[in-house]
Amino acid sequence: MNYRMIGRISAKILAVEAVFMIPALLICVGYHEFAAALAFAKAMLCIALASAVLYFVGRKSYRGFYAREGLICVGLIWIIMSLLGCLPFYFSGEIPHFIDAFFEIVSGFTTTGASILPEVEKLSHGILYWRSFSHWIGGMGVLVFLLAISGRGEQGGYTLHLLRAESPGPDVGKMLPRMKQTAITLYVIYIVLTVLNTVFLLVGGMPLFDSVCTAFGTAGTGGFGVKNDSIAGYSPYLQNVCTVFMLLFGVNFNCYYLLLIGNLRSVLKDEEVRLYFGIVFGSIALIAWNIRHMYATIEETLRHAAFQVATIITTTGYATTDFDLWPSFSKAILMVLMAVGACAGSTGGGIKCARVLLLFKSLRRNIHKVLDPRKVQVVRINNRPVSEVVLENTNAYLAAYASILVFSFLVLSTDGFTTTTNFTAVLSCFNNIGPGLEAVGPTCNYASFSVLSKLVLIMDMLAGRLEIFPILVLFSRSTWRKK
Amino acid sequence: MKIIIAGLGKVGNTLAQQLAAENDYDLTVVDRNAQVLQTVVEKYDVLGVQGNCAAMTTLVDAGVKDADLLIAVTDADEMNLLCCVTAHSLNPRIHTIARIRNPEYSDQVYKMRDLLALSMSVNPEKQAAIEIERLLKYPGFLKREPFAKGRMEIVELRVEPGSKLCNVALNNLVDAVNCKVLVCAVTRGGECIMPSGNFVLREGDKIFVTSESNNLTRLLKNLGIITRKVNRVLICGGGRVSYYLSQLLLKSGIQVQIIENNPERCLMLAEQLPEADIIQGDASSQALLESEGLFSCDALVSLTGLDELNVIIALYGSRHGVPQIITKVGHLEPNGILDTLPVGSLVCPKELCSNGIVRYVRAMRNQTGAAITTHRIAGGRAEALEFRVDENTRHRGEPLKSLKIKPNILLVSINHASHVELPNGDSCYQTGDGVVIVTNGSETIYQLNDIFA
Repeated sequence: MNYRMIGRISAKILAVEAVFMIPALLICVGYHEFAAALAFAKAMLCIALASAVLYFVGRKSYRGFYAREGLICVGLIWIIMSLLGCLPFYFSGEIPHFIDAFFEIVSGFTTTGASILPEVEKLSHGILYWRSFSHWIGGMGVLVFLLAISGRGEQGGYTLHLLRAESPGPDVGKMLPRMKQTAITLYVIYIVLTVLNTVFLLVGGMPLFDSVCTAFGTAGTGGFGVKNDSIAGYSPYLQNVCTVFMLLFGVNFNCYYLLLIGNLRSVLKDEEVRLYFGIVFGSIALIAWNIRHMYATIEETLRHAAFQVATIITTTGYATTDFDLWPSFSKAILMVLMAVGACAGSTGGGIKCARVLLLFKSLRRNIHKVLDPRKVQVVRINNRPVSEVVLENTNAYLAAYASILVFSFLVLSTDGFTTTTNFTAVLSCFNNIGPGLEAVGPTCNYASFSVLSKLVLIMDMLAGRLEIFPILVLFSRSTWRKK
Repeated sequence: MKIIIAGLGKVGNTLAQQLAAENDYDLTVVDRNAQVLQTVVEKYDVLGVQGNCAAMTTLVDAGVKDADLLIAVTDADEMNLLCCVTAHSLNPRIHTIARIRNPEYSDQVYKMRDLLALSMSVNPEKQAAIEIERLLKYPGFLKREPFAKGRMEIVELRVEPGSKLCNVALNNLVDAVNCKVLVCAVTRGGECIMPSGNFVLREGDKIFVTSESNNLTRLLKNLGIITRKVNRVLICGGGRVSYYLSQLLLKSGIQVQIIENNPERCLMLAEQLPEADIIQGDASSQALLESEGLFSCDALVSLTGLDELNVIIALYGSRHGVPQIITKVGHLEPNGILDTLPVGSLVCPKELCSNGIVRYVRAMRNQTGAAITTHRIAGGRAEALEFRVDENTRHRGEPLKSLKIKPNILLVSINHASHVELPNGDSCYQTGDGVVIVTNGSETIYQLNDIFA
């Protein structure tokens, strides 16, 4: 395995991370929060040191870089990045336990939004900003960012392995011939949408700091808020803006590229997008009908139903109301949405609509096959045949998904919470959502879990964000065997 | 510039590699086989589209409507032609290059060029045959790369044990060989070196020497390499390259023997080449080779479809002292392993073909000032380029010693209208001259001005 090359790429990612901390540092200084500023300065120094060491390790790397290196590189980088990214929380003393700080930043980078903090309003502005910004960084992925800014010496086919390991979806590919262009296009779309979101929030009268942080949380489909009651305290207009943008960030970014080049037809005909919006509107209707007695007006009912559906299916995790108090049918729908997740190639988590589509189509094929064993059928999406390899991978993904879910659930059950709490905690972290039900509901937090449970949840969040395999291979013995 | 490569066989792969390495083009590759496509997409920074490259839908998916160039190099000529015609109907501005290797089409492709709208057609086998014929005309050199319409050449030589070149510093080279030459690149142990004046040659090195074409005979004579005119050539394998090569050789009165295993193919060759001796038999049999006069032939050319067999035949020939050996390699990558074996000159059709196309691409990208000739030497690790000096070229008329040239670039000849000059520090070039440079490929040189630091 090409450790040197992995070292070199990690060094660059850490340098990027240190640079990303600069705005947070400036905000600390701007708000006269010097303790936090010092924490950021110390953290940046640590990251710079680590980066220098890794760069030294990787200075004479050879070029061999294959699928194996790509997976391991992405898995390791996300862990290292999180270990160092939580240092400001820890150094500033605002999150006194290291494991809690680690949990918080992993939750940030993986765009989960599950918090161990009971009261976020107590945090300093710089720390709040870093928490929200970590969503934005993790949403599109740091390696994709690196690909967008790296020079021509770093281009080559091998970068595809990195894109595949970091971007969500069953069949990840480039949309433009060159990796750099692809990465830049993705980030430009991402930045433009984030800025638009911020502007819409500002127009509705949200303060600048809140708007920027909320936009970061929405863009990355993360869910860290700057207020204790998440989005509930803001005006209905602001809540609706959030609903719309959450849904937009849950759409495959390739669709925005297609819109950009004027290909509206393909977007409207895209089966995944249709399924996604079908599920969204169907769920809103069902939940609105189910909770119609709980709110005074139809507008309020629809607003809360739509917001909660959007926040859960895109795996964001904001809340405008405590949906733990809703009737069980609504809660059940939300739990299903947790697992479904957003579109492939978006910033959202979950199984992804594309995979759900593939699974149902291949299930239908298998049923036909049982009835008529000689029948030869090809699964099609958007009228294009899907290769058997993709189907196989999707099935493997589902198997891994289920096993991890079961395993984590068993470990968490040792902590003495209710079954619903444990199950939704795992479901919520694994699918990068944030809030679950009961003891981890929208008004509660994850602080009371044991260290072991927190570690398992951390791994779940990482596995969920990176689509399981980059994390899973780190635990495989054959990965570390000399080769 | 947007380029589509249709077909990922040997040439398609080599092209993808060379063009992706230049980092200046948006490459899309099309192939029907998903696995082949996958390998290429993971190796180079290109976009892959699966499908039939002659089908309109596939071409539209590959972005033919705003592409600048389509290179059709699938294994079927008809497919390549249909691909180019279809692309042209979708996008009239597009340039198209097709590989046409069936000799039966060569005439009509030229006559129908307006209808087919081909910008260029390439034939790797024919190019290989021409290359081999040139090598046979000058035995003693492993490779010859002509510049300035053949007035000046870069030739490859191996420093044999006991040769006059052993342990000679390049500064003293002129005294040793007693004629004007310039060493522009050396490969030693699989590595390519751009030598300086105090570089000392050793046994086993392969050197690339720039010289005037008229001087080549003298160079060989002074080096003590005995050359005799090739009279009889033994060719193993009766494929397309053999056919083209035999045609060329027979035309210049050289005796040709072809050993081919397939009886039908033998019959066909016998019909097409009445003057050649066609032998039906297995070229891997040493007894057959010997009975067909391996010991008395002037040159052995192994052109079978199997690289490993070609190498074995060449090794066997060199063991028995055949004066000149030429080996075709189709699949093997230039990785330095073959450099260490006495297999004579290596000829690689896919490289030759790909070089020609890359030259076209560069000229397209850079309409003025593009290289007029490019050759990849030292197994692709170095590149020799010829440029024409025009009004935009900087430093005209200044002596070379005052110019700052980027590292790893060597100016190896200045071709004036009247004579070819191997430059020293006082040489200078003027508008209208040709300049040949050699670079180790660390940077892509599109025009002459790119060489200045």
